[in-house]
Amino acid sequence: MKNKVRIGCGAGFSGDRLEPAVILAEKGELDYLVLECLAERTIALAQKRKLQDPTKGYDPLLERRMEMLLPILKSKNIRLITNMGAANPIAAAELICCIARKTGLSVSVAAVTGDDVLNLLSGEELTLETGKPLHTVGQIVSANAYLGADAILTALETGADIIITGRVADPSLFVAPLIHEFNWSLDDADRMGQATVIGHLMECAGQLTGGYFADPGKKEVPDMASLGHPFVDIYPDGKAIFSKVAETSGILNLATVKEQLLYEVMNPQQYFTPDVVADFTQVRLQEVGPNQVQVTGGRGENKPATLKVSVGYQAGFVGEGEISYAGPNALGRAQLSGAIIKQRLSPHFPELRVDYIGSTSVHRTQLGNYPEPYEIRLRVAGKAITPEMAARVGEEVEALYTNGAAGGGGARKYVQEVIGIISILLPRNKVNPTVTVQRS
Amino acid sequence: MKIKLYDIAHSRAGDKGNTLTLSLIAYHEEDYTLLVEKVTAAAVKSHLQKIVSGEITRYELPHLAALQFVCQDALLGGVTTSLSLDPHGKTLSFALLEMEIEG
Repeated sequence: MKNKVRIGCGAGFSGDRLEPAVILAEKGELDYLVLECLAERTIALAQKRKLQDPTKGYDPLLERRMEMLLPILKSKNIRLITNMGAANPIAAAELICCIARKTGLSVSVAAVTGDDVLNLLSGEELTLETGKPLHTVGQIVSANAYLGADAILTALETGADIIITGRVADPSLFVAPLIHEFNWSLDDADRMGQATVIGHLMECAGQLTGGYFADPGKKEVPDMASLGHPFVDIYPDGKAIFSKVAETSGILNLATVKEQLLYEVMNPQQYFTPDVVADFTQVRLQEVGPNQVQVTGGRGENKPATLKVSVGYQAGFVGEGEISYAGPNALGRAQLSGAIIKQRLSPHFPELRVDYIGSTSVHRTQLGNYPEPYEIRLRVAGKAITPEMAARVGEEVEALYTNGAAGGGGARKYVQEVIGIISILLPRNKVNPTVTVQRS
Repeated sequence: MKIKLYDIAHSRAGDKGNTLTLSLIAYHEEDYTLLVEKVTAAAVKSHLQKIVSGEITRYELPHLAALQFVCQDALLGGVTTSLSLDPHGKTLSFALLEMEIEG
């Protein structure tokens, strides 16, 4: 058994930067590299791409990431774990093998499937959000269960160089290699709790090393343009020391770790994953060196009897339009145009938003006393059943050129399809994770 | 004396469906008791009344000198279907830091 395992996180969401993972792989002396690239909505959109083309449905950046990483991973003997398989891990594994062949590399890729549970649903399942049966939300396009570390563990045990999954709980991407290396028991709730703390801290990559943290004058982060992503050293007793490659910039300290520990946490005493109900309240942090924070004290209880399932459904279309006003009384003129738009569109759009960008658009209200901004962008958004109807929002905003307040300019319009996400619980034993290995 | 939370604490917003989470972390541990005393769930509810429609629950994390606020019905339906310009509510951490307390 190793006396220490080092895991790096090279991506914290699908659109994350490509370079930090390369630096981690080249200079991080990693045992494992994790790329977390799958958000709730991402998989529903990927399911739609798969429906149009059965060979697609994996992460759109998979090819570019693998072209950059495969040679380094192979030469440094680093195992990769990623959920970039999205709606189609099998096709993703084929693509990785194909890229490996082109560069003369021999790799084995294990695809984890079984998270797609669309065929198991009756429609009578009650949604967690509304308590109403699933069939009432509309046309379902996808249903993916959050698999746990046990599913990834099976893939690791095949010896594959690369493990590619669809929907798994984000922390489980990190929990699985720890169980694999240290022979921890999946039923040891405190170990699983600490492993989940580690995974939760790592899963957003740059958010631990000063990304999404900096506030000039208050929370300084040096040279953010070359921000590095984190790695963590984990010891058999569960102790973890988080750090980053010395040559990279950014910052990793108590403050960055605290922000990330509480990020998206609904109840710090009961953080639900498929592996454990983790307790973050006894976590102890200690700075043990420059950009080095030790984390201990993660605990847990049991593991849930059910798995959470994210269900994607068709929720119509959103139409948007924007136009700018600047100079004297910019806000007043934007508000006049906003009122005109409301009068013209409200009868046709039950849900309509009018925002004044620069004044009240993101907090939906004004909290402090601020002088009026020099320029204001009017934004209007409305929901509709058809794309044609949604387009009317942007058309009306554009028409403000000659039918609205004085001096509007720079109109833009957009129509976007909306995939709604809703959750249900499914008994664990109904879901059957499967591992398929391919070789280049 | 009025103190703006921005001057003594930092925050990150997160989302789960229509629920907004806001951490509030004291820069200096000695300010934690002031936060516990003044930044109650009711005070935050009052400050964010035009943003958060539902209940706010507060969790205390003394080891981290931090509070966590979980705000129900705060994201106009949630990230995928909200018409908001910031459907995740990611900018709302600074809405919390705009709050003033008696220090």
